[in-house]
Amino acid sequence: MTTTTGPHPTRRLILQGAAGVALLGLGNLPFGAAPARAAANDKYPEEAFKLKNEADAIKALYGKTVEPSDKVKLDAPEIAENGGVVPISVTTTLDKVTSISFFVAENPNALAASYRIPDGTLPAVANRLKMAKTTNVTAIVEADGKLYSATKEVKVTVGGCGG
Amino acid sequence: MASSIRVRSTSNGDITEVQALIQHPMDTGLVKDSKGEVIPAHFIQQLKFECNGKDVFVADWGTAVSKDPYVKFSFKGAKKGDDLKISWTDNKGGSDTTTAKIA
Repeated sequence: MTTTTGPHPTRRLILQGAAGVALLGLGNLPFGAAPARAAANDKYPEEAFKLKNEADAIKALYGKTVEPSDKVKLDAPEIAENGGVVPISVTTTLDKVTSISFFVAENPNALAASYRIPDGTLPAVANRLKMAKTTNVTAIVEADGKLYSATKEVKVTVGGCGG
Repeated sequence: MASSIRVRSTSNGDITEVQALIQHPMDTGLVKDSKGEVIPAHFIQQLKFECNGKDVFVADWGTAVSKDPYVKFSFKGAKKGDDLKISWTDNKGGSDTTTAKIA
């Protein structure tokens, strides 16, 4: 945890570069710790899961900007009685989907789950997440190197941190 | 020991639908037990599905995934009788693996 905190902006620039290189199939050897999903590395994105803020987590995971899209269909309940088990699913009509991630804005750590979608796997995932309180759930779909999102507010009557 | 992974995978010819349910506490590390002591974080970090030597689905999870996680997805390129291998690893180094036949 004592690794540098200073050079964040530069590192992000480097990461974006690394992601681009990886897309060209040249690998990203000098940046083995690169969290960006676009690099298609097999590593668990530990750092992104530790970040509290949603925007930071998106940046750490993807390092790119997100645009809302009506082609991403997020299915979540209006009201969740039990925040410990909120069924959430996403489907999309977008092509060339490589990953789907779920963020819960006001959870202690915003990134909840991230799924890699290899070629031949349909771009649809259903899972169950914990929600600490009423907040926005965002699904991000990475398709053809770009990020698309859908957001929905879920009202939580009993928070999910108590298990 | 019974496997922690329960999986149902069915093929309709072209598309194989997979549903998996795993028994795991998925402790966040934020909750205290009845004695007021924090229950340390204990959660699955990665869950992988392989079919015919290829990853078909990889899940990276944080603590916000519900206890006894459930996940559903579908993929192409497998047929009835093929093996689907499922494995997970958690933050304490625990892991489990099972293989299911696609029905």
